[in-house]
Amino acid sequence: MGKRELICIGCPMGCPVTVEMNGDEIVSVSGNTCPRGDAYARKEVTNPTRIVTSTVKVEGSCVEMVSVKTKEDIPKDKIFDCVRALKGLTVKAPVRIGDVILADAAGTGVDVVATRNAWPSCHKEAECQQAVDGS
Amino acid sequence: MKTYDIVIIGGGPAGLAAAVSAKRSGTDSILILERDKELGGILNQCIHNGFGLHTFREELTGPEYAGRFIEQVEELQIEYKLHTMVMDISSDKIVTAMNSTDGLFEIKAGAVILAMGCRERSRGALNIPGYRPAGIFSAGTAQRLVNMEGCLPGRKVVILGSGDIGLIMARRMTLEGAQVQVVAELMPYSGGLKRNIVQCLDDYAIPLKLSHTVVEIRGKERVEGITLAQVDETGRPIPGTEEEYECDTLLLSVGLIPENELSSGMGVALSRVTSGPVVNESLETNIEGVFACGNVLHVHDLVDFVSEEAAAAGRNAARYVQSTDDASRGGGPLVEIRAVDGVRYTVPSGINVERMEDMQTVRFRVGGVYKNCFVSVYLDEERIQHRKRPVMAPGEMESIKLKKEELLKYPDLKVITVKLEEG
Repeated sequence: MGKRELICIGCPMGCPVTVEMNGDEIVSVSGNTCPRGDAYARKEVTNPTRIVTSTVKVEGSCVEMVSVKTKEDIPKDKIFDCVRALKGLTVKAPVRIGDVILADAAGTGVDVVATRNAWPSCHKEAECQQAVDGS
Repeated sequence: MKTYDIVIIGGGPAGLAAAVSAKRSGTDSILILERDKELGGILNQCIHNGFGLHTFREELTGPEYAGRFIEQVEELQIEYKLHTMVMDISSDKIVTAMNSTDGLFEIKAGAVILAMGCRERSRGALNIPGYRPAGIFSAGTAQRLVNMEGCLPGRKVVILGSGDIGLIMARRMTLEGAQVQVVAELMPYSGGLKRNIVQCLDDYAIPLKLSHTVVEIRGKERVEGITLAQVDETGRPIPGTEEEYECDTLLLSVGLIPENELSSGMGVALSRVTSGPVVNESLETNIEGVFACGNVLHVHDLVDFVSEEAAAAGRNAARYVQSTDDASRGGGPLVEIRAVDGVRYTVPSGINVERMEDMQTVRFRVGGVYKNCFVSVYLDEERIQHRKRPVMAPGEMESIKLKKEELLKYPDLKVITVKLEEG
């Protein structure tokens, strides 16, 4: 019988939770002080998922990078595949919050979307130029 | 000289929320002054998610959270100037600023909202011996380099300090291909959120060493390595516990300092505990018509609380410039709020009961980790609140609420005391 030790992230308490496993089957969850701890532990040992955030280069804008995220959480073991798929990617301005930057990232079925705007030249042109000049 | 009813110093989360709220409270003449090339402040480089659960009931990234407020500022047609550095504010609210298009200029403000945020504590504050090689960055600087400028500041990394920015950067640097060897924390507990320890360190098998600090930095041109040592209860390194790490980069996540040079320059009184202005219930400083909110006032853990606090500062500044009678403008008697027994400070630290809103939020932080303690509020000698908290830690901001109708029942009230009590 296997054991998994976790720290619950549901609240600042941070309960140490122990999950006893029989193969893929959960036998018991202990150490949690509330139902949220139980639910967190069960999800974490069967199907842990995360939202992944990163950045990609943008061309033709006064900003160099556009921040991005997976639109939904993806399996934890796909994090590095997802980041690798974004590596070397360059997008062209304009980019708006929510634009799809990479469809179906690393075969997860989840799109990577932009989390900031990047205008071709900032809507305030004079100021944008200053930024390009490096002032 | 140009005149505005309200001038807001800083276009980060606090400045934006204050501006939106002041405008919605009926003041049209508002100007935001921002030194960076865009609005949004520190949120623009905080590309991770977890922002806005309180404000928008969804998990946003930093740039998305900023974007929501910037949109409102644009829709409400609030004026702002970018690339603009405020040089000085006089006690009669004349703001001196400069940028490369207007040169040096002055603005007369009816009210000023201080929203300059904070800066990171640097190596100089830590007394770590060694040369001054390249490769030592504050965690926030590294965050800006990676997330906004697309540069990786190093490949083999040690992080000192387990504040949230340090934890977030441990994950970020790992995802960008760097090898993060260890995060060391001087205190016996982490200053960061539990969620960040699990999702930024445990997920990537990065060890967290509590009660450890950097005792030596090696390398002359570039960092070549550091030495960690365990510390005793007083924070002193224990001889014989040294461990050497080879690395080219040391990130420091060792605390934030409210940026109050402009405030003290104009005569605003600062708190020795928070390093931020001392404010009353309206978040007004000792100078009438000068308000403060966000991290310049006290360092927050969640941006949602910054937005909430800044909205109050915006409302109060609008009421100040719109009102004609002295009583509602400012001054008047203050009931002191005293922070004792584990409560390090409160914001505000005084209340004018007549002027307060129906419900007043009082925010505070505790001085250590407390389990199963009670947060108690006393009006003079009488206890009116006694609320059990399973756990409290210095890293998390706490708050209590005071009701105006309740305080009005105590016309001779002198002191409100907030303290922790054992169960």
